[in-house]
Amino acid sequence: MKSQDPAIRWVDEPKLGLAGKMYLPLFLQGLTVTTKHLVSPKVTVSYPDQEPQIDNPLIYRGVHRLNKDAQGRVKCVACFLCATACPAHCIDIVGVESPWPDREKYPESFTIDELRCIFCGMCEEACPVDAIELTSLYNLTGRSREEMVFDKEKLLSVYEATKDAEPMASVRHGLPTPSSEGTGAPQSAAPPQASPVLQGDVHTHSH
Amino acid sequence: MAIVIIDGQEIEVGDDERLNGIQAAKRAGVDIPHYCWHPGLSVVASCRMCLVESGTRDPASGKITMVPKLVPACQTPARANTVFVTNSEKVQQARAMVEEDLLIRHPVDCPICDKAGECYLQDYHFEHGQKERRADIKPFTSRRRSLGPTITLFVDRCVMCTRCVRFTREATGTNELMVIHRGAHEEIDIFPGYPLENKLSGNVADLCPVGALGDKDFLYEQRVWFMKKHAGVCSRCSTGCSIYTEENQDRIYRIKPRENPHVNKWWICDEGRYGWKHVHAAERNTEPQRLEGDDYVNADWSTTPALLDKQLRDADNLAVVLSPFLTVEEAYLLAKYARRVNKHATIALGFVPVVGEDETYPNGFTIRAEKCPNRRGVEEVASRMNGGLVAWDDFLARAEAGEFDAVWITGAYPEPWHDEATAQRLAEVPLLIVQDLLPSPLWSIATWRLPSAAYAERDGSFVNHADRLQSFQWAIRPPAGVMVEGRLYWRLLGEKGLYNARSAMLEVANEINYFAPAHHEPPPLGIDLKTSQLASTV
Repeated sequence: MKSQDPAIRWVDEPKLGLAGKMYLPLFLQGLTVTTKHLVSPKVTVSYPDQEPQIDNPLIYRGVHRLNKDAQGRVKCVACFLCATACPAHCIDIVGVESPWPDREKYPESFTIDELRCIFCGMCEEACPVDAIELTSLYNLTGRSREEMVFDKEKLLSVYEATKDAEPMASVRHGLPTPSSEGTGAPQSAAPPQASPVLQGDVHTHSH
Repeated sequence: MAIVIIDGQEIEVGDDERLNGIQAAKRAGVDIPHYCWHPGLSVVASCRMCLVESGTRDPASGKITMVPKLVPACQTPARANTVFVTNSEKVQQARAMVEEDLLIRHPVDCPICDKAGECYLQDYHFEHGQKERRADIKPFTSRRRSLGPTITLFVDRCVMCTRCVRFTREATGTNELMVIHRGAHEEIDIFPGYPLENKLSGNVADLCPVGALGDKDFLYEQRVWFMKKHAGVCSRCSTGCSIYTEENQDRIYRIKPRENPHVNKWWICDEGRYGWKHVHAAERNTEPQRLEGDDYVNADWSTTPALLDKQLRDADNLAVVLSPFLTVEEAYLLAKYARRVNKHATIALGFVPVVGEDETYPNGFTIRAEKCPNRRGVEEVASRMNGGLVAWDDFLARAEAGEFDAVWITGAYPEPWHDEATAQRLAEVPLLIVQDLLPSPLWSIATWRLPSAAYAERDGSFVNHADRLQSFQWAIRPPAGVMVEGRLYWRLLGEKGLYNARSAMLEVANEINYFAPAHHEPPPLGIDLKTSQLASTV
């Protein structure tokens, strides 16, 4: 955006009165916040004895998942936009020609280094086909570094484990997505796997 | 000098320059968007993206008369007193309309399109397109068909600029591509059974302003924004085309032509375009080794130069062979070193690979039969440092006769370059140092095996067949275990600091008259050593 852009509204710093110059209103404002929290119910929980309540799992930024389209194929088109947006460089994709007539490109391999990830959600923002999403699974542990590098199958299995509780954005909003359309015969990229596949590394919680 | 007025700005145009509106505007710093026009092809004015307002100024009264309709800038000559207006509302509206029309039938599959990031359609749409779409456009998967061994066509991404069709008609004269159907159903195609198969075919993918023509070799290999571009010089023939080497993390993904009016204009041949595979070949030599008894042991670069130096000083009759794949600087440094350790050392020119005959295309582009980049430069260095040229065959004959007891052969050939019989002629040499890229018969009998660098890993200058010297810097770092020739020779000579090709070139320019023009830093397009010399002798 250029500085001459008509969409920019330029505002001047407000003139402060005597009270403002003495920080009185801001001081009172701050005290109010403190007092409110003193008397309001506690938000901290004594984890792990107690599981935290996640208000809106749909916007929570936990473990990633790779979504599947209507035909059970990985939705990702290997455009590398998530890898481009990723500030932690934790996404590694190998894109190749797809075996399906209605799709041009798909990820042969798709790995996310969950240890490197900072859970910023930029990948989800960048994805043009609603293929990568962050779930509300937060309890992420592993016994080795290698175990924490999630490959395509594992990320797809996270989708299987969470798809009912947290439907894809395109399903929630009733939007058609380019990758789920097409005329190709139903073919399965990865056979549906039984959940939970994370084998105790990720614990689902009850909402 | 003629005056042309672009958006109220007066610019001067030479009388015999014959510029069109786009070129004149560029001189004024104004970019007129265009798809179908290309400086190397004929003008068809079919894309309508470069529509501008035009008129003439009466030189006597200064009165400007405008043409009522918009005119294509590519087809409008920038004559004296021509007026172009490129930023009026009328022009902007016309551009937005063209963009809108192009997008109606476009798949908008940018996420999977290899051109995304360097696509004219994307760029122009951001700059000149409408903010909102009036048509209900849904992304879809483009139809795709193969046009030949190197190129694939994504039919629906095409904007029908016909640059590729004109290229095969005017530049290569092979006429493979054509337009089929009419109106909104127009498509690029080939005649059944006659695929796009010529040695310049890769250029159509560069010419394509959108993602319609895909290079099969590069397809889905890498998104373009991950790669870094390095200006370089092609090493696959003595034309010495200016190129860009595009790499990501020291891996080359593609070679693109770099515009150079003196050498290759806008084109490169497929031999050069795909001729980088040897750089990442699995069988490449990456470990310095020396013969101890009957076995080879890995040598260490920290001690190798000193050991080499000692052995070479002990030899009575030394010969070094300078490969035409070395840069001028490297050839000079090695020759200088050889002369330092042995005053009577023979400096020979290495094997010059020649395959077939020169091929010239209708647009003047020539693929040379001499498949090395720097025969001219190395020849000058070798003959000057030796006091007369010793060619590869002379050298072999003399070596076979047992004239030398130490021989240093530099290779760096991207392809196998000699046979077993040639190697056997050197089998009797007591100290045989072979520096090469790929394993070869000579490599297997060498006393010292030194891995050599590939062309994209070097710093220095090549002199092409027409005596044009072009300097370049490395694009990728060599694999671990490979020491670039220049660096090794620099260390052998005991020079201070890191290898510096520029200061080596200054020395060459001082020493050898032929290279004198290189005293001044050569411009990116290179300098012509011959004309500079002619000018200096007059």
